[in-house]
Amino acid sequence: MTTKVNCKIDNISVSVEQGTTILEAAKKINIKVPTLCYHEDLCVAGNCRVCIVEQVGTDRLLPSCATPVAEGMEIITNSLRVRNARKRIIELLISEHNADCTKCFKNTKCELQSLASEYIFNDEGFINLVPYKNYKEVHLSPSISKDDSKCIRCQRCVRTCSELQDISALTVAYKGANMKISTFFEKPMYEVVCTNCGQCVNRCPTGALVERSYIDQVWDAIYDSKKHVVVQTAPAVRIALGESFGLPPGAIVTGQMVAALKRLGFDSVLDTDFSADLTIMEEGAELLNRLRMSLKENDTTVRFPMATSCSPGWVKFMEHAYPEYLDNLSSAKSPQQMFGALAKTYYARKRNIDPKNIVSVSVMPCTAKKYEANRPEMHASGYKDVDYVVTTRELAMMIKQAGIDFLALPEDDYDSLMGESSGAGVIFGATGGVMEAALRTVYELVTGREVPFEHLNILPVRGMESVKEASIVINNPLPEWDFLDGVELKTCVAHGLSNAKMIMEKVKRGEVNYHFIEVMACPGGCIGGGGQPIPTNYVIRKKRTDAIYSEDEGKPIRKSHENPEIKMVYDDFLKEPLGHKSHKLLHTHYTPRNRY
Amino acid sequence: MATKHLMRLDLIFKNERDTADILKKVMTKSNNDIINELISSGLKGRGGAGFPTGLKWKLTADEVSDEKYIICNADEGEPGTFKDREILVRVPDKVWTGMAACAKIIGAKEGFIYLRGEYDFLKKELLKSIDEFHLLLDELNFPFRINIFSGSGAYICGEESALFESMQGDRGEPRNKPPFPTQKGYRNKPTVINNVETLAHTYSIFKYGVDIFRDLGVQDSRGSKVFSVSGDTPIPGIYELEFGMTLQRFVEDFGDGDAKAVQVGGASGFCVPRKKFEKTIIGYQGKLTGTSLPTGGSMMIFNSSRSMYNVLHNYLEFFVEESCGQCTPCRVGTQQLLLGIEKVKRGELPSGYLDKLLDLAETMRITAKCGLGQSVANSFSSIVENFKEEMIY
Amino acid sequence: MSDVKQIVHNLTNQYGKSVESLLPILQNIMEINHVITEEAMIEVARELDISAAEVFGTATFYSFLNTSKPYGKYIIRVCKTITCMMHGKNQIIEEIELMLKIKPGETTHDRLFTLLETNCLGQCHQGPAMLINDTPYTQLTPSKVRDIINSYLVLEVSNY
Repeated sequence: MTTKVNCKIDNISVSVEQGTTILEAAKKINIKVPTLCYHEDLCVAGNCRVCIVEQVGTDRLLPSCATPVAEGMEIITNSLRVRNARKRIIELLISEHNADCTKCFKNTKCELQSLASEYIFNDEGFINLVPYKNYKEVHLSPSISKDDSKCIRCQRCVRTCSELQDISALTVAYKGANMKISTFFEKPMYEVVCTNCGQCVNRCPTGALVERSYIDQVWDAIYDSKKHVVVQTAPAVRIALGESFGLPPGAIVTGQMVAALKRLGFDSVLDTDFSADLTIMEEGAELLNRLRMSLKENDTTVRFPMATSCSPGWVKFMEHAYPEYLDNLSSAKSPQQMFGALAKTYYARKRNIDPKNIVSVSVMPCTAKKYEANRPEMHASGYKDVDYVVTTRELAMMIKQAGIDFLALPEDDYDSLMGESSGAGVIFGATGGVMEAALRTVYELVTGREVPFEHLNILPVRGMESVKEASIVINNPLPEWDFLDGVELKTCVAHGLSNAKMIMEKVKRGEVNYHFIEVMACPGGCIGGGGQPIPTNYVIRKKRTDAIYSEDEGKPIRKSHENPEIKMVYDDFLKEPLGHKSHKLLHTHYTPRNRY
Repeated sequence: MATKHLMRLDLIFKNERDTADILKKVMTKSNNDIINELISSGLKGRGGAGFPTGLKWKLTADEVSDEKYIICNADEGEPGTFKDREILVRVPDKVWTGMAACAKIIGAKEGFIYLRGEYDFLKKELLKSIDEFHLLLDELNFPFRINIFSGSGAYICGEESALFESMQGDRGEPRNKPPFPTQKGYRNKPTVINNVETLAHTYSIFKYGVDIFRDLGVQDSRGSKVFSVSGDTPIPGIYELEFGMTLQRFVEDFGDGDAKAVQVGGASGFCVPRKKFEKTIIGYQGKLTGTSLPTGGSMMIFNSSRSMYNVLHNYLEFFVEESCGQCTPCRVGTQQLLLGIEKVKRGELPSGYLDKLLDLAETMRITAKCGLGQSVANSFSSIVENFKEEMIY
Repeated sequence: MSDVKQIVHNLTNQYGKSVESLLPILQNIMEINHVITEEAMIEVARELDISAAEVFGTATFYSFLNTSKPYGKYIIRVCKTITCMMHGKNQIIEEIELMLKIKPGETTHDRLFTLLETNCLGQCHQGPAMLINDTPYTQLTPSKVRDIINSYLVLEVSNY
């Protein structure tokens, strides 16, 4: 039972559940109170003080994000006292901020900038503190750029890293005037436990944390006539890119995106969904192989649960936090890297292009993919398999730079060879998607029958719940798989690294006996990735997820092993899953890493 | 408000060696009786905020929880304050007795003293005294234990919620309120957190009864108060005085004959210039009205040889370092105030900039997250407004 | 096991492995080593199962915990707050600078003394005041501070 409390905000009566904050109550009646440190995905900090409001009869102002409504409260959100104080606070933030806006990656997309634009600030502001601050150089990793001079200490990143991801690579360090957001001993981002997931980037209100941009390098490649530039697009890009052009979350813009990429000048526009299907073939085969070795050959060294390895944030998390479990990770590369390895081998041969002239670009909803592409082991083709990774946001910037009217573009189709995909490849973009895709294929390979779910929709692994468990009993398998008869295949799906940690702790304590787990580092899976359009919240992620599944439903082919281009790549090049060539090009190994 | 003459008292520091008797007396009383005694005594928190002690205990007692705590705040970091140290050295038993009484009422099994790192040298003696006190508790079959938690050099940890964070292994950053400590304090359990002196006063009330305490002081400021007197005074030290004295009387007794200002309540308190000595009364009532000043007991006297610019500069340097840094008004505001007065003094900014700084101080007062940021304005505004020329020339 | 690892291990055994033990553990490391190093923090993080960055965040908050260069055996903290300043804290600092040839923030070459300025020590009625490690010294004069530091030097010589 919930108790209601009544209050008046700007003279409008509102009745809310007990515990509702003033900010939430105001939102309910469409009164906008500006915020900076507040974020719907995170716990309330109440430290920027921008959202202060006045309670009638009270001397001090109240932070609306952190103050619950009390019965009979009368709140004014925009009194003169509030306006003046809020203006002072924004002025203070600006005085500490390197307001070099025209040179900032977040120019026109900065929350501090847009807040400042609502007030008129002139030269009579406070003393510029930036010259006194001794800000260190920008900290670069292959994925993320951290610029302390633009930080407003709202701690959204710190809360993201601890609450959503349970990593705490970022922390608050020192105090008073020296207080700052820091890594362990202020080490560069690439040296610490940061998984490059980019969730902090998604939530940073300013340009303090942004992705490391490779836009210029991609333009250079495009304009280099000697280069053949191929681009792959991840499943979750097509259902989010539209947001950067004013479309609502969940708008599917696959055709326009492909058309835009062609106009940008890429020589071939291909699909990561193709290699997602390939991942299923290899990872599925690996799972069955592990089951065979364990159940039929009684090999006790085989590790279960086997874990997916397509999320590079999750992989790096495992390398740091659970190095003793690296053999549990599937050795299959992620779709991006499978694509990259094939682009400079299979694709090059088929198209008769010297691989050294191929530049392989990927568009990802992800910042960790930038790091993944830069791993030293990702040179299976003899070259850097994926040369540059740009985020969904960077692609939107490139489209704008090229003057393309995105919304007016006619839809276009992917090029062939590595552009065809099944619905199973598409759903890689949402939490549970890899599991569902794998089950669709594995079950059918083993039994010769489709998975026993209506329309192939394996609902138990779908949805935004933090951890989902599902199991399928295998009955009457094909003779080759008779050792699986009656086996209950147990699976688990988690998204967000805090949930991943929870699962791994259970695995460690021996409390669970899953065969296969899927983990995506980001909330909601890739649709909520660190490279996706900002803002993000639960509702946005849900709409993107719905779009992914509707894209799947619309596909004529829904199972990875039925993708004709997949059949072709095995027939013409790879021969068989887990075969010699697959092993060389499509599988990888992992590196134990430090604990800080 | 009636003005009382300054009177030196001897309630707190009288070493009475009857802890066992008083403790026994308290343990046989009903919880309601004790709370009523405290409430009618008019005892208010001696850390400076002045929350009624009896009410605090009652609110915590009323909370339903399997775990509750009583914490003695000995993070005495306010510049100019040293009375808690003296109490812990001379009459620690009284503090322990207060804690045990509180534990009985609220239902706590464990209590802590948060002892500032600067007072680590007291620890050995305190532990000895606590051990002896535990024996008394055992004799009475009262299951309660007191532990010491050491601070590590952070003024802000004197703020109660920052203190809990510190005890929990975190940075000492104040929390949002509500919830208040009586609801969610240490380990998010209902917690009474009292200043050292407050707890010692409860002993006097238990021993001498409500009336003796109530008869001291004025209106809403009952009882005696331990003052830390420092600065330009021939007789610096600790004095137990009655509430309700005027600053004029205080200066006559303690000043060096040339006092031009008294800082009441430490760096976070108010600076009173000579012309307002007669009108200023020390006590809780009329908080912030300018005629009556609350205080944690710090009285710093400045004579006419002192530069009030230097005094303010010293305070601001203190705040710039000791702010936890989490909220904008305090973190950035303190830096702006310090740089601002420096630039005005050097003539790099016009004297009119002081008005902008006064306005900033007011913004800090009404928007900062905790008492530290809110009270920077106290000293800043009272010094700048009363000694403007010294800020400029 | 390295010294630091052993120290941290012993301390977590003594104080327990909950996050609440963090401050006491760091205080003890500080007392033993006069610094909390990267290695020590990583060990503490491992033992308490928290992030190393969080240990760093907490350690850098408290001014008595040193995360930079190791302090000397005797840490001199001279109070710089108002009344100690009024009563001649600068002369005390100057005297120590002269004697030990170090400025505030520095450590003597023999790693015996580190000179620091600190906020209010709670000895305002008998300033200027300082702490040497945990021991307070009050009502300082330049000659008194000379005697005090000499007494530490004598102690060192006799221990040698």
